[in-house]
Amino acid sequence: MCAAPKHPESEERRGFFKRAFCYVFGGLLALVPAGAGLAVFLDPLRRKTAGPGGAVRVASLNALPNDGVPRKFPVIADRSDAWNKYPNTAIGAVYLRRTGDREVAALHVVCPHAGCFVDYAADRDNFLCPCHNSTFALDGSINDPKSPSPRGMDPLEVELRGNEIWVAFKNFRAGTHERIPEA
Amino acid sequence: MKKLVDWLDSRTGCRKLVHEALFENVPGGARWRYVWGSTLTFALVVQFITGIFLWMAYIPGSQSAWESVYYIQNEMWGGWFLRGLHHFMAQAMTVLLVLHLMQVVIDGAYKAPREVNFWFGVVLLLLVLGLSLTGYLLPWDQKGYWATKVATNIAGVTPVIGPSLQKLIIGGTDYGHHTLTRFFALHAGVLPGAIIVLLVGHIYLFRRHGITAKQPYKKPDAHFWPDQVLKDIVACLAVLAVVLFFVIRYRGAELTAPADPSEPYSAARPEWYFMFLFQFLKYFPGGTEVWGAIVIPSVLMGILFLMPFLGKWKLGHRFNLGLLWVLVFGAGLLTWLAYAEDRRNPAFAVAQREAHRDAERVKILASAPAGIPVSGAVTLLREDPFTQGPLFAKYCASCHRYDGHDGTGVVPKDSPSAPDLKGFATSEWLADVLDPDKFDSERYFGNTKFKDGKMSRFLKKTVAKFNEDEKENLQKVILALSAEAQLPSQAEVDHLDATLIAEGRQLIANDTMRCTECHNFRSQEEDASAPDLTGYGSRDWLIGIISNPTHEQFYGKKNDRMPAFAEEGILDQKQIGLIADWLRGDWYEPSKKGKGR
Repeated sequence: MCAAPKHPESEERRGFFKRAFCYVFGGLLALVPAGAGLAVFLDPLRRKTAGPGGAVRVASLNALPNDGVPRKFPVIADRSDAWNKYPNTAIGAVYLRRTGDREVAALHVVCPHAGCFVDYAADRDNFLCPCHNSTFALDGSINDPKSPSPRGMDPLEVELRGNEIWVAFKNFRAGTHERIPEA
Repeated sequence: MKKLVDWLDSRTGCRKLVHEALFENVPGGARWRYVWGSTLTFALVVQFITGIFLWMAYIPGSQSAWESVYYIQNEMWGGWFLRGLHHFMAQAMTVLLVLHLMQVVIDGAYKAPREVNFWFGVVLLLLVLGLSLTGYLLPWDQKGYWATKVATNIAGVTPVIGPSLQKLIIGGTDYGHHTLTRFFALHAGVLPGAIIVLLVGHIYLFRRHGITAKQPYKKPDAHFWPDQVLKDIVACLAVLAVVLFFVIRYRGAELTAPADPSEPYSAARPEWYFMFLFQFLKYFPGGTEVWGAIVIPSVLMGILFLMPFLGKWKLGHRFNLGLLWVLVFGAGLLTWLAYAEDRRNPAFAVAQREAHRDAERVKILASAPAGIPVSGAVTLLREDPFTQGPLFAKYCASCHRYDGHDGTGVVPKDSPSAPDLKGFATSEWLADVLDPDKFDSERYFGNTKFKDGKMSRFLKKTVAKFNEDEKENLQKVILALSAEAQLPSQAEVDHLDATLIAEGRQLIANDTMRCTECHNFRSQEEDASAPDLTGYGSRDWLIGIISNPTHEQFYGKKNDRMPAFAEEGILDQKQIGLIADWLRGDWYEPSKKGKGR
């Protein structure tokens, strides 16, 4: 075993420096690979929602019934996924509803509560989220005070270009009272 | 704090564990020769950490493996550094493994009662080499693909079970998705899992028997902490420093072009620490490679396993030591021979240059706004005129030249029998062709039957005697004709010269310069006896003449030996399009489109 040190104080000091060195540089050894990994891990934080970047043609006005019943349409646009770019692919869906002869309202199909896909319940003529039973009126507003959803369905801007319906499609953050577009 | 530790200790006994770990007795005090095991453990931990983070961004699939690695390497924060660290630490591990093994055998640490621990160590060595082998394929690049093919084909020569074994390893009859999923499962799951189990056993047995202290002791006994830990940390820092040097020096690990079974890759070599095996196999004639690849390595492995028993005798220990040194020097010599052979081989240098060029090129194409197609990055190169330029060397350079060579830099032995097409249809090229002194030179039509044809005579008799005004007109004709090609490299100049070009077109069309005596230009004269000048040098025009030069739009019956590449089924439309684009310098460039080579 260890022999008794001759100069306890200087031994003590040396021991302290050795231990300090071990802690500092031992930590550094772990820090390099962990730091390199964390940088890559945190990379998604700097990614921004690309979105279609403007209005997208969704449907023809003729495809929409006159009785004001909502109809679901896919939104087709270019989508980027890391290194791949998919031209003309479905990036989401909207409910379109005629509110006048040449007036159309659009609602995002995703529930603002937790992001489930909201169904249109034809028998009750309202929207019903199958996950937590939030219900919404045809204009997207909450029609049940007990609804778990913090806000009504998200309306989207609609533009009629001739006979074509164009929608400024974007996604919103779920679970908030305010309507915050995803960045 | 103390209370918390007390509580934890009473539940887990962690103090005792830490005490046992740190206060193991080191007979004769801390020494540098004991650091190798710790450096290996450190390297392994680095591989685990970096590997798990790489895993989060990697996809094992033949249309996504290369692409995801490309993305890690070039698009993600510090991805190149992470990948470089993983790559070079793997290499450091191999070196450390050899050093550790040498130290164990030299110090006699493999002898009784440490036989089992020695075997644990040898199996660990094999598992780590397995990690290297499986990891090499994962980026699914040309280098890993072709080098690993060699390794799995070697597995295929194993007597009796070879073919089945090979199928099991590669997950089918040929390389594909399942090769990657299997290699990845081995690389990130099975092998690391086995290594953890064996390493725990290795360290447990090491602690059980204690350090094999080297006599004579120079210092009194000491605890593992802090003296030996300090030395271990310094050694680990040194390993890390060396690895970081390589990571930064090479800016991470290399990523060659995406794996392509239809493209040769003569620069394929295994990682440097397998080069001795690569070289060793060269000495076994066809049919006997099983000896070099399996029998001899297995026998040597067998001897390695028996070393603890052989080491019981003094002579046996010397034999073990001698064998190890012979193996290390032998492997070193073979490695050196392999590299020396490659250095002397000009074809290898060319292959390496091409590999490097393709790797750089695909990086440029992958970063283009169009992104990587879902069919994988390999199609980027297959459809890139710049990369496919060597089609010219293969199909055109037996007669034509490209600035004196075959388009890849090689000068054919025979003299050309058709015009040099470098800069075809550019104003410089046309100025040369319309120069009475150059038209019939070897560079242009000198070795064709048009040498003394109508055009040649016209140039010598008429153009050679042009006055200043006519020369000016000729210059306008050249500009107009060149503009027909709509070459990307001339787009700006053509725009600036729009007025001159318009005048030039008039001069051609109204026969002032007598072009339309033989050529058509915006007309459909049936008696035209020379190639149509409408759209001369444009993509369609080039595709047309390559497809069928005997078509009346081009040389008709006067065609001189040029094959009708499409009509005769020599090339398909896609290949012809690629050659046309390549001749026109029409390929993607990041800053400006269509910049030539």
